[in-house]
Amino acid sequence: MLNMYGTALQSRLMLGTSQYPSPASLAESVKTSNTQIVTVSLRRESGDSLAGQHFWQMIQSLNVHVLPNTAGCHTVKEAVTTAHMAREVFKTDWIKLEVIGEQDTLQPDVYALVDAARLLVQDGFKVFPYCTEDLSVAGKLLDVGCEVLMPWGAPIGSGRGLNNPYGLRTLRAHFPDVPLVIDAGIGLPSHAAQAMELGYDMILLNTAVAKAGDPAKMAGAFAQAIEAGRSAYEAGPIEKRDMAEPSTPVLGKAYLV
Amino acid sequence: MNIVINGEPKVVHTEGLQDVLHELGYQNKVIVTALNGHFVSEPNRQQIQLKEGDKVEVLAPMQGG
Repeated sequence: MLNMYGTALQSRLMLGTSQYPSPASLAESVKTSNTQIVTVSLRRESGDSLAGQHFWQMIQSLNVHVLPNTAGCHTVKEAVTTAHMAREVFKTDWIKLEVIGEQDTLQPDVYALVDAARLLVQDGFKVFPYCTEDLSVAGKLLDVGCEVLMPWGAPIGSGRGLNNPYGLRTLRAHFPDVPLVIDAGIGLPSHAAQAMELGYDMILLNTAVAKAGDPAKMAGAFAQAIEAGRSAYEAGPIEKRDMAEPSTPVLGKAYLV
Repeated sequence: MNIVINGEPKVVHTEGLQDVLHELGYQNKVIVTALNGHFVSEPNRQQIQLKEGDKVEVLAPMQGG
């Protein structure tokens, strides 16, 4: 069974909670996805609308683990401070660490990411770092105490699928025992299945579900694809060949020329 | 006293951080605070006296990916 920082999980899908057409749509999508982990954030709360209070009540009613993020942070200080604030309000030492380095692609600032991860691990956090497929960065994140890595598939919200299957396959092969989660860029269930066939342990989705015409139905489709991809990985896919090989036996074929 | 709450200028009539939060409608709410860029944990709010121009962030759980 999959294990993330000592928490056993049956579902291999993490679901983001942003951009749904309604709170009811989010709640229904969480149910059809069968996810056990949802991602959340911290944002300014108005003393008048108190929107965050209603959101938090709804999330608590879903009976899932929450993984707070540091989305939108661009510096080590911002990310570390946000993580400390998240730990107090969400009562969890899990943190999805994002330190954004480039505004067009929202790719991580991997230098700041490693520095922030080091500080947070020292402070007792269980860090889920949003990273790239770069092997040396992955190694440094593990060196500073991360036990899970979350490489991107493609830029956040792009829906492009796996931009660099070779790099992701290499990362999987290089760290065979580290839980690896594809975070960001997935657009279709087939993208998620491809990542699972490569041996990835989980998929984190948000936009592909939330912005679908029917989010709950899409969440269910992703759950099936992820399960199918995982089963295919466990079953051992065949190797690709350049030339054809008959699948029907040649021996015993009648001479009818 | 003039302070800044979540980026908006506000005039408040008390000085203790906890009292200001009550004054602005945050009493007994699930929130987390920072003062001038530094996290202020819930137990420490009672000890914080605000000054003119202080910048307070009041955050709460919100949707996230």
